[in-house]
Amino acid sequence: MRMLIFAKRNAKELLRDPLTVAFGLGFPLVLLLLLSAIQANIPVPLFEIKQLSPGIAVFGLSFMTLFSATLIAKDRGSLLLQRLYTTPLRPLDFILGYTLPILPFSLAQSVICYAVAFLLGLEVTLNCLLAILFILPVSLLYIALGLLFGSILTDKQAGGVCGALLTNLSAWLSGIWFDLELVGGAFQRIANLLPFVHAVEMERAVLGGDLRGAMPHLLWVLGYAVLLLALAVVLFLRQMRRQ
Amino acid sequence: MYAITVNALTKRYRDVTAVNHLSLCVEEGELLSLLGINGAGKSTTVKMLSCLTSPTSGDAFLLGKSILRDADAIKSFIAVSPQETAVAPGLSVRENLELMCGVNGLSKQARNARIEEITSNLRLESVLHRRAGKLSGGWQRRLSIAMALISDPKILFLDEPTLGLDVIARSELWALIRSLKGKTTILLTTHNMEEAEALSDRIAIMKDGELLLCDRAEEIKRSVGTDRLEEAFVRIVKGERS
Repeated sequence: MRMLIFAKRNAKELLRDPLTVAFGLGFPLVLLLLLSAIQANIPVPLFEIKQLSPGIAVFGLSFMTLFSATLIAKDRGSLLLQRLYTTPLRPLDFILGYTLPILPFSLAQSVICYAVAFLLGLEVTLNCLLAILFILPVSLLYIALGLLFGSILTDKQAGGVCGALLTNLSAWLSGIWFDLELVGGAFQRIANLLPFVHAVEMERAVLGGDLRGAMPHLLWVLGYAVLLLALAVVLFLRQMRRQ
Repeated sequence: MYAITVNALTKRYRDVTAVNHLSLCVEEGELLSLLGINGAGKSTTVKMLSCLTSPTSGDAFLLGKSILRDADAIKSFIAVSPQETAVAPGLSVRENLELMCGVNGLSKQARNARIEEITSNLRLESVLHRRAGKLSGGWQRRLSIAMALISDPKILFLDEPTLGLDVIARSELWALIRSLKGKTTILLTTHNMEEAEALSDRIAIMKDGELLLCDRAEEIKRSVGTDRLEEAFVRIVKGERS
């Protein structure tokens, strides 16, 4: 109950920040529309709507890291967290309270992304529902990154690292904007060792009805999500003890 | 029973000793002010007593509960108002108060009554539905105090509570703090001698992590032969006491 009250507060803080709504929902949609317009003029297989929409759905989640990291870092900086540490809230309440409100936000973002993709010509199938469901482990991955960075960075640093660095890195290394095979070499090997390309490939496979093909990618995503969440919890608890 | 009993509490950070074998007792309903220059160990003491940080050695008991073993129990009857305002900026004043009621486990019925009472006591009615982040520093400070008082704590830690308040708001807050005396045990840290003298039953002076003395303001002044607390404080901290 106490955790839910704290989670509700975090949801309100996120939804009342106009930048969150603008970047969380608006920016991925602008990209989807822009790249679809390019595709209409100069056809590129990578920007076909069935390839592009899963990529944008995953890319949009990188903003969840920014939102969650900034919120936690601000709460640390303003000492609101310190005040709350002296209440009966337990460590798990804090971790769940920061994690849970972002999951429905991520789902809503994916629903809107695919809804716009339908308008742009994506075929409406049951696979779309599955693709939205498969967004959950990817969301967990990005939320874990937010918890991790929010526990160690100031809000300004979180803005720089998550807003600029992570969104770009996760986009470049995910195969959304260009085929990784075109670059090849170490770049491609590094990208394949990271979870971002697997998240996109998983979404593409699910959307294409290839659940078996999605499974290896799901394992990569889940593996990273669990690992990062564990690391995030350790770092969050460490800053909690270091008051 | 003492509300707070501190036994040889020590906190070391690598080669720095922030608090060194601090021992003192605070009676139930008493208001004790902690005075000291920056780095004296006041904030570290409050952090240890409010279970925010663990002591390197020693222990303290709040209403008989050990800060080492009973942190969960202690958190159910204490409240802290940090030096920074520490409010949720995107929430309204009322929502901030509801948040604190909720995390402290107050029922919905008790919550409404308590919010009404505290809002009236701190004259927050006019800003009740405004976002906390949009309020002036003085209003945020009042809200911060309200957030600490909303759970009706048995022991209250106030860190520079009147910092940034205008004269009227400060005078009203002093009146409120006075009204709590006898019911709530208060540990107040301040640099304001006038505040310490006006509100405290006793004053503890710390320097370099050690307690130099703990007594009533009148006794402290008498011990150095002055009628001004500020002068007495300076002479005690500088070691010029006769």
